[in-house]
Amino acid sequence: MTDAAPATRITADPVLTARPENRVWKKFRSHKSALFGGCLVAFFVLIALAAPILPIPDPMATDWGAVRKAPSWDHWMGTDEIGRDVMSRMIWGAQASLLAGVVSVGIAVLLGVPLGLVAGYFGGWTDAVISRCTEALLAAPFLILAIALAAFLGPSLTNAMIAIGISATPIFIRLTRGQVINIKSEDYVESAHAIGLPTPRILSRYILPNVLPPILVQATLTIATAIIAEASLSFLGLGQQPPAPSWGSMLNTAKNFLNQAPWMALWPGLSIFFVVLGFNLLGDGLRDALDPREH
Amino acid sequence: MVATYSDTQQDNLPGAELLSLTGLSLRFRGQINDVVDDVALEVRRGEVLCVVGESGCGKSVTSMALMGLLPADSAQISSGILRIEGEEIDLSSQTLPVSMRGNRVAMIFQEPMTSLNPAFRIGDQIGEAILRHQGGTKPAARARAQDLLQRVGIANPAQRLDEYPHQLSGGMRQRVMIAMALANDPQILIADEPTTALDVTIQAQILDLIRDLRDETGMGTIMITHDLGVVAEIADTVAVMYGGQVVEQGPVAEIFDNPQHPYTIGLMSAMPRLDAPGGRLAIVPGTVPTIANMPEGCRFRTRCAFAAAACVARPALVPVAPDHAVACHFAPLETHVAVLA
Repeated sequence: MTDAAPATRITADPVLTARPENRVWKKFRSHKSALFGGCLVAFFVLIALAAPILPIPDPMATDWGAVRKAPSWDHWMGTDEIGRDVMSRMIWGAQASLLAGVVSVGIAVLLGVPLGLVAGYFGGWTDAVISRCTEALLAAPFLILAIALAAFLGPSLTNAMIAIGISATPIFIRLTRGQVINIKSEDYVESAHAIGLPTPRILSRYILPNVLPPILVQATLTIATAIIAEASLSFLGLGQQPPAPSWGSMLNTAKNFLNQAPWMALWPGLSIFFVVLGFNLLGDGLRDALDPREH
Repeated sequence: MVATYSDTQQDNLPGAELLSLTGLSLRFRGQINDVVDDVALEVRRGEVLCVVGESGCGKSVTSMALMGLLPADSAQISSGILRIEGEEIDLSSQTLPVSMRGNRVAMIFQEPMTSLNPAFRIGDQIGEAILRHQGGTKPAARARAQDLLQRVGIANPAQRLDEYPHQLSGGMRQRVMIAMALANDPQILIADEPTTALDVTIQAQILDLIRDLRDETGMGTIMITHDLGVVAEIADTVAVMYGGQVVEQGPVAEIFDNPQHPYTIGLMSAMPRLDAPGGRLAIVPGTVPTIANMPEGCRFRTRCAFAAAACVARPALVPVAPDHAVACHFAPLETHVAVLA
């Protein structure tokens, strides 16, 4: 080490040795609101995962002796119109909401990113066909499209997730396509051609990894949208079916008792608010941290 | 005409011919003139051919066409025969097979800062070129990559293998690019302005490296550049391009000492000189016409001091000395200038 003086000097330079992960993490850590968003998301993920082992009543157990009771020691968040514990339902409902958010965005990414890659890379007719279909899907508002699809598929949480996933796909096709068009004219893609690498390899090793950061940001933000969409679908009866708990369907029931039992609406409403806020802050933070211009 | 020239040359000269390109013409969709017009080049073993010319003269496009890297939907190659070690490829109907790209013919690019994939470690990228053409195991490819880094003069190669491109300087990245190009022992190296983005010290080191590698491996090199300093440093033969045509071709000493085409003469006198300081630099008047406005016949005639009625016809590339050919109606210049006087 000591004999190679210049190399040692370079190695010791903190700027040169910082790996990109480190820089991104450093940036993210200094972003207060992103950390707050991350904590909110982590909190909801944690309670959703821990729901089966938490000391809470069965979310579907009714108690006719405790109908629409205000928050108390027995029921911290009160009870609903047939005596079910609101806190327990809220915690179990987090499972449905987060699952819907993650799975539907997963569907959208799995469908949208490959289509966008192909459209952006090959251009021409392939691009024309994929892009026109994308635009047709984008012409319908996101939620309307999701409602129509969910109604068509039949009401269930799985179908709601599929409907939301398909509705969110065009965003990912467009984003990926734009990024690919950008990246494919980079010199390193040209040099990959010059090495003689086959097209699938260029797509998977040279283009995909370099278009991923903005997709990651978009996915985080879309999870928030998807959670609202799931709540909306459940509110309309097209998502999670009773008696299984979901924030959307809890709100739907609660709207009938807003005067007598406002807590029934308060907690699921607040949950939706905070989990969506969390994902949005997290997404904003990721966007800033991954933005190469601000390094 | 061009073909005759290269044929005579083939007959006359020793040295195994590695690559020859004849009659390459291509245009971009929607344009009425060829951006590369009937270009012929040839490289022999252990020889560096420098293709010189100003921006937009078609030198990079020619090299991309050689490599088969032009987008098929926008570039139309109307003719061109590429011969690599006896194998003949008709560029108008086929491109260089992918199996030869990066294997027998390798290329390095102008911008080392952006020519490496930022998402992968150096070792993986060099390894990829090796695995693609030679197969073998990842550890073997890694060992070979380390040897290559050593060979292109990178200190601490074992450690550099695990670094990302952003951790290297421009000169080091260009060395990595060269290592990648050499990974499969190519017979031909095409270098598209490999030193333009580097400062002079590094530039000299990279040129030294390319020269050493040429001597070591006997590969033929096509170096594309607009820097006559680089040409003087490294070239064995020179092809001067203007407006998509080769206007003069010959051994480097001939081109520098006895330039015959008015454009080459203009280029030579536009070089700053240490031995004649003080005066203003000579210039070639005007700018290169855009490809749509290229004049008929000699494409240089709108800027040429010697232009005459004859220049409306396209001049053929004719020999004026052994190995030295010029596409000008007035070549060899001395005789004609004497007659005119």
